[in-house]
Amino acid sequence: MRITRSSTLRRGCVGALLAAVTLLTSAGTAVADDPSASASPADGEAAGPTEAGTTFRTATEIQQEQTATADASTGDYLYWVFPADAGQRPTVRAKVSLPESATRHGASTWQVDVYDGLRRRQACVYGHQTRKAAPDADAVELSCVLRTVRAWSEPWASDPLPGSYYVRLTAVRPAEEDLGLPVHVETEVTSAGRGGAHDVDGALAEPLVPGVSAVSAQDEDPAQGGTSIGVEPEDGWSSGWWTDRWLWTVGGGVLAALAAMSGYSLARGSGRPSRVPPGA
Amino acid sequence: MIIRKRLTAGVCVLLATLAAGLGTALPAAADEPPTAASPKVELVLDVSGSMRTRDIDGESRMSAAKQAFNDVLDAVPDEVELGIRTLGADYPGDDRKTGCKDTEQLYPVGPLDRTEAKTAVATLAPTGWTPIGPALLGAADDLEGGDATRRIVLITDGEDTCGPLDPCEVARDIAARGIHLVIDTLGLVPNAKIRQQLTCIAEATGGTYTAVQHTDELSGRVKQLVDRAAEPVITPVATEGAGSCSAAPELKAGLYTDRQEIGKHRWYRVDVLPGQELRASVSVSADRAVNDDYGVLLRALTTHGREIVRGSESGTGRTDAVSTGLRYPRSGQDTPDDTDVKPAAESVCLQLANSFSAPASVKTTPGMPVELTIDLVDAPDEAADVAAFGLGRGWWLLGAMVLTGLAAGLLSGWISRRRVAVWRTN
Repeated sequence: MRITRSSTLRRGCVGALLAAVTLLTSAGTAVADDPSASASPADGEAAGPTEAGTTFRTATEIQQEQTATADASTGDYLYWVFPADAGQRPTVRAKVSLPESATRHGASTWQVDVYDGLRRRQACVYGHQTRKAAPDADAVELSCVLRTVRAWSEPWASDPLPGSYYVRLTAVRPAEEDLGLPVHVETEVTSAGRGGAHDVDGALAEPLVPGVSAVSAQDEDPAQGGTSIGVEPEDGWSSGWWTDRWLWTVGGGVLAALAAMSGYSLARGSGRPSRVPPGA
Repeated sequence: MIIRKRLTAGVCVLLATLAAGLGTALPAAADEPPTAASPKVELVLDVSGSMRTRDIDGESRMSAAKQAFNDVLDAVPDEVELGIRTLGADYPGDDRKTGCKDTEQLYPVGPLDRTEAKTAVATLAPTGWTPIGPALLGAADDLEGGDATRRIVLITDGEDTCGPLDPCEVARDIAARGIHLVIDTLGLVPNAKIRQQLTCIAEATGGTYTAVQHTDELSGRVKQLVDRAAEPVITPVATEGAGSCSAAPELKAGLYTDRQEIGKHRWYRVDVLPGQELRASVSVSADRAVNDDYGVLLRALTTHGREIVRGSESGTGRTDAVSTGLRYPRSGQDTPDDTDVKPAAESVCLQLANSFSAPASVKTTPGMPVELTIDLVDAPDEAADVAAFGLGRGWWLLGAMVLTGLAAGLLSGWISRRRVAVWRTN
């Protein structure tokens, strides 16, 4: 515990330093950010994997903003796994292209479920999690918007935490005669940054990635390496000390100081009598 | 001594550099010692008389299958050991007893010689019965040995008429051997009975069922399934949970499998040191026909039976598995300082319960497959406040701070003025 406390302290110090730097340079970076912001959507359309896993263990790893596709049979359970970090609110979108309506026999209901790294089911706040495809429909589109991922929560809560998230797509009520017919699915995960309003105190020592302790044990023994089960965001997991609350708090302090100075000069009146000795 | 140490360090650095340099060139030799067994796949092809029927793209089912096999054999990844088994290939007669034993290995499971395998497939002609059950048993035996992924791909156009051996029961028994074997099925005829039987076989082992209507679909799907076998996965360790915590097996961090019967508890134990967090997740697979409402409960208890934390999940409708998990962070501060006793590991009991139910006709043994992941990581940085680092945010905060600053400024200004005035009057 002592170690974690000191790490909080360190996080705090680094954070304060960075807040100060950011505050000083924020005007400059705002201009510099623009070109990269316009460039990123083009990178975002990266082609993802073309296969899907069929169990939690074999789930295909995808990154956010990637479109994963897969050819499968009606009735298959398809699994993907993606990383989500604190402060993000992931949205899972899936599109199932159904076989020609001539070969189908009835309506089918499709569903997308999201599980966290502990395989706990995560609630969809809104979105079409379950949808019924009419017998003549070409495709069915599903979506699920999760709650905002928090950096820490009590073990008794099932709040979404940083780590792996599993997407399971399946036909929950297929027409019995249509089992096994080929379908094509597309899945994409995007997420919205939710800002400092959702930044909570505390942090997990390791993200909720299954097998994370086994993987770190394997790192020491490279002979066994090669089969990591964890997914990591492209730019790594956030260290947890940055939040825009630093800006608000430091900014508030600066404003308070300014207000204090102006209040002082207002109440004190203009100038100081020339005959006042120093220290009075 | 020091020189020796330095020498060792030097050699290590040299080796590391060499390994890093050669790593890309020789990944198989450097990274994967013989422990990484190659995945095994067996294709089981129905060569019964009915395969003569010409209803797949105007060709006979047999020729469609042969063409698909040729495509697949060309595309098999090198690391996969592939074998081929036939059923109903030899006995053309009417004697059911003999016909129902007619299954043989056409090409042994091992490193693939594509030409040889293709020649063997080319000789096949539709002949006999459809003994799926015995063929699956045979295929499971062919894949015996080693610790790699195992997959059976069954391609058939007819249901097993051989009885009393239900191929679905056979599949479940094979899965219960704990050899991580998955059976995928492909049906060449859209017929309710075949579909039911093949879906049941696939479900029992966590495999998939596909209805094939065109040749390219057949070869595409078989290729996909063979490639899936080649995907590296972590092989779980088999364990057997006990009926009570005191008798429970002690688990370390890792991935485990077990079997759990409907309505029976399973207990496991994990030692958690102070300052560690236990993470456990579990999924119970519905590998047979179960009733529509089900659930699973995982509880962490102390050895005295006090519940620490639980994870539970319930569901309704068609599913492959139902899963849940829990976290138990153990704080490092509860070790008394006045004793000489070292911080002791706490034995945490994990109780797994399920609330599946099945129609009376469904066999409950062997139990349903359970997958258990145990992780032990450092305990989290506990939250001391709701907000990050106790920092503030928002316009109310700014307003409050500005007002406070202003008030403080005014006050000190006023005091300062008063003091000057007092000083002047004196």
